[in-house]
Amino acid sequence: MVLLQRPHILLLLIGTHQFLQCWIAFGSVNEEGQKQEEFSEELLLKPLPDHKLLAHFHFQSSAPPSISNGCHHHLFPKAISQLVQKFRVKEMELSFTQGRWNYESWGGFDPISSSNAKPPGVELWAVFDVPQHHIDASWKNLTHTLSGLFCASINFLESTATYSTPEWSFPPASGNVRYGTLPCEAVCTENLTPWLKLLPCRDKAGIALLLDRPSLYRGFYHSQRLHLTSTESSSEGIDSGIILEQTLTVVLQPNSGRAIEVHASEKHIQPSWSLSSIFGKQVSGRCVLAKSSSVYLLLDRGLVAELKFPSKENGKSAANGLTSENFWSNPSFELSVNPDRIFLEESSSHSKSLSILYMFQVEKYSESEPFDIGLMWKVPVAWLCQQTPLHASRFLMGSGNERGAIAISLKSTQFTEGFMSANSKDGSCELRVDVFQVVPWYVKVYFHSLRVFVDQQPRAVSDIIEKIHASPSKDKMSPGVMEVVLKLPCRVNTAALTIEFDKGFLRIDEYPPDANQGFDIPSAIISFPNFHASMVFLKDDSLNKSPLLSKFQEKCPVMSYTEVLLVPLTTPDFSMPYNVITITCTVFALYFGSLLNVLQRRVAEEERFLKAKAAKKTGQLPLLLSKLSAKLRGRRREPLHSPPSSSSFINSKLVLKVILVAGLAVGWQYFFS
Amino acid sequence: MEKVKKKIGSFSFWNWVIASIIFRLILIYFPKNLNLSSRPEVSTPLTSFRRLAEGYWLKQSSMSPYAGSMYHGSPLLLSLLGPLTINRIEGQPNHLLYSLVSVIADVVSAMLIRATGQNLRLAYLRSLESLDLVKQIEVSEFLFSGDIAALIYLCNPFTIVACMGLSTSPIENMAVILCLYGACSRLIPLAAFGWVIATHLSLYPAILIIPVIFLLGCGPDSPPRKLFLQRHQQKEVLNQLKLPPRFSWGPIIHFAFWAFLWSVYVLVLCGISLKQFGGLWEMFKSTYGFILTVEDLSPNIGVLWYFFAEELLFDSFPCQYFIYDIAISHSASTPALLLGFCIRCHMFHAQVLSISKFSLYLFGCSTFTVGDSALYLGLLGWFVNELAGKYAILSLPVLWICRVEGVSAMLNHDRKLRNLITGKPQDAKS
Repeated sequence: MVLLQRPHILLLLIGTHQFLQCWIAFGSVNEEGQKQEEFSEELLLKPLPDHKLLAHFHFQSSAPPSISNGCHHHLFPKAISQLVQKFRVKEMELSFTQGRWNYESWGGFDPISSSNAKPPGVELWAVFDVPQHHIDASWKNLTHTLSGLFCASINFLESTATYSTPEWSFPPASGNVRYGTLPCEAVCTENLTPWLKLLPCRDKAGIALLLDRPSLYRGFYHSQRLHLTSTESSSEGIDSGIILEQTLTVVLQPNSGRAIEVHASEKHIQPSWSLSSIFGKQVSGRCVLAKSSSVYLLLDRGLVAELKFPSKENGKSAANGLTSENFWSNPSFELSVNPDRIFLEESSSHSKSLSILYMFQVEKYSESEPFDIGLMWKVPVAWLCQQTPLHASRFLMGSGNERGAIAISLKSTQFTEGFMSANSKDGSCELRVDVFQVVPWYVKVYFHSLRVFVDQQPRAVSDIIEKIHASPSKDKMSPGVMEVVLKLPCRVNTAALTIEFDKGFLRIDEYPPDANQGFDIPSAIISFPNFHASMVFLKDDSLNKSPLLSKFQEKCPVMSYTEVLLVPLTTPDFSMPYNVITITCTVFALYFGSLLNVLQRRVAEEERFLKAKAAKKTGQLPLLLSKLSAKLRGRRREPLHSPPSSSSFINSKLVLKVILVAGLAVGWQYFFS
Repeated sequence: MEKVKKKIGSFSFWNWVIASIIFRLILIYFPKNLNLSSRPEVSTPLTSFRRLAEGYWLKQSSMSPYAGSMYHGSPLLLSLLGPLTINRIEGQPNHLLYSLVSVIADVVSAMLIRATGQNLRLAYLRSLESLDLVKQIEVSEFLFSGDIAALIYLCNPFTIVACMGLSTSPIENMAVILCLYGACSRLIPLAAFGWVIATHLSLYPAILIIPVIFLLGCGPDSPPRKLFLQRHQQKEVLNQLKLPPRFSWGPIIHFAFWAFLWSVYVLVLCGISLKQFGGLWEMFKSTYGFILTVEDLSPNIGVLWYFFAEELLFDSFPCQYFIYDIAISHSASTPALLLGFCIRCHMFHAQVLSISKFSLYLFGCSTFTVGDSALYLGLLGWFVNELAGKYAILSLPVLWICRVEGVSAMLNHDRKLRNLITGKPQDAKS
């Protein structure tokens, strides 16, 4: 270990630009301690209560510290390792999502939903290991690189008005985080293909073979995620290299062929499915480069409780016996393939029943004997997935294009009730909720208008909000960020947070192509730091090798994303500029004209003159009449009195001008109405 | 004008004042129903009380009040009015306290207008006396222009709307009126204080320096010296004592000294209140910088809004140079025209100055509210005596209407202009 660490200290001293030489120089030092690059592929299938199926692909590649083998890689994608080295990324997550995770029926309190349910569009966050003033530059470069890598417009996250710096409410909290989302980004195969290119077998072998594009994009929810952690050049000393975790979470509707023939009475029965029926393909053996390749079937805690396994009471002891048949041949369902192992969840803090995991080794299967797991339901089963402590939803209030309000409402779920009854003996129990909300600059939030309602009663903000961090938006510079820690009483039924905003105005060139569609406000992140979604299956040596299951064991706080909001902003008539130029010029001509007129006129003299004229008793009307008749006759009227005619001539000119302007104005008005 | 006189004559001044205050107090209880504070005509980003509350909130949570682009006002207003945004009486509308403050500000302004009007009237009478014209006009026929101006200020809907609309313009107007009051009653420190505060609050009243200099230099209302000389040449008796004073530089230097003193005082206060938050530079950037560059594109009444909106619309178009040209020539011409007006108007009436300056400063102002027009209308009241039949003065309100009512009111403007043109001979006859 000492040997291993010494190069690192040296490396830190030498600095970044001399990396390459260092690798070459020290490459031979820890030859024997060298770790191999590893790749593993896993697939988790989970039936969902609303007749759907969750498929969660998990591919993990890891590269040992780069000093051990320079910049050469066997399995690990070179593009990613270069990216990590160049921008000194400590941790990064990029997700492309289409559809919305249904927290109510698909659950929100398990590791899959709290780390894989993502907001629609693109979400990117990254932690950098560079000095504070270089972070923004690194972020910009990173967005451009990723945009090129994944054929997406991630480069829009480059401008300071789109990304934010969460202080503490975002889970990987540290000062160097940058977070940005593009809610309206469309996700399609062009993003999936480069993602698959990072896998050593691409989609040509192994579990990735199942990734049939039409059936994937037919699903209800589709989220591809890329998470990488690097301990490269970190000062902590423990160096595990880069771990790249690629997950693809899909929610599909298994359309069993006999669904049409089902009787009305059997309507509630869960659809039976098999890999070939949902993906249209089968797994014909593992990817030869993968260290482990397995498929899991997870039965939810709620489902297990419903199924009433005969040996539920002594579940722990039964799980040890791998051959205990009563776990996979249940009266209510049947598996088409015998599982290789069965795991029973060790303990669950928030639920009485424990979930069951069936494991299938793909290695055993081959081209001739493909792996095609199927689940056939015999009796109708209804259950509920474990939900987040509070169900969060967000909506807009107010009307018109001027102002509005954002409301985040939290509703207690059946889970909370159970939890609260368990904890209420403490007397004063509190439920901590973190809210992280980013609003684009054109939605100008008034932080002083923050109101909190608990059980529909307005409460003082200071009673409920324990901590708040607000960074107000700067026009065209930075988005508004609000981080709030709520301390709610345990017995809360509903809680709501409202905040008012004004809508801003954009320049004509800042409008997106379809401006009338509206502008998206990215999802808010609601996290419950006191609750950890983790599934601990039996601690076994063989289990530690499975990255997916060790991922499940990690304690990650329960997190949920709210809906994306669509705010209609005032959009100009994009053909207006011409009219505006015309009308403004007219008005200004009028203004300057009359002003000059006023300036050069001698009022006193005119008055005196008019008095004199009045004395001469030449009425205005006959004068005008005679002028009109003279004009009609097409002859210039003889200038009887030269000065008055000039003044009245000005008048008639003015009237003409005014009529012209009036005509223009009428036209303009008509044009706009 | 005759009608106004009769109306004023039949009611007493104080009854009207009390009536207008009661009217305001009634309206205060329905701010939600009126929803005036959301109107861009009433509260612009510069004067909005809501933004002030946001600035105060930011300051209370130890952030710079100018963080984000919400608040663009003075830090002094934050310390003075900020607490009113939080304190509220149980069971009463939210911003009752601030509404009460703006009612008080309105009443104080009206009183100042009244006092100034009385000053002007006295000065006018004195100058008539010195010209031996008093006998020709009966003093009783002479309107109490101060009372009328104060009532116009208090009772006109613009002021009421500005007062109800939770904007800071009643306070800004009070500062402007304080400056004029000081200048007319020759209280130079007061005038300087008003000028510095008004300029600090909304920058544009800086143009007031021109009329204030004239007022201080020549006295509140002095007939042209030329007139005296002519007159006395006719009589061939030259009474040096009766001759109005020449333009004197003494009070102006005095004024400059006091203005300097007050501005240093204001800046020091601002500096103290913004010590942790970026200091004075931050304030200059986000108040005056904001006023001059108009970063906020929220719509505002008046023609200029179209300018600014289009200037921003055309940001990437070559046309922008054209539009910049107009905008620059416009803003550059405003002071020049103002000066021209001053010289021109000084020849026949010194008072016209204040009006001309106002209308022009309204023209030049980029964000323009009902409060500004209320002020203008109120000050117009000082000159009821002179307004009768003065085309030159009346044309300014017409232009002003053109600006206020915006392009959509073009037709209205035409009608008014036409009325004016057709009405002119009648004026001449009367």
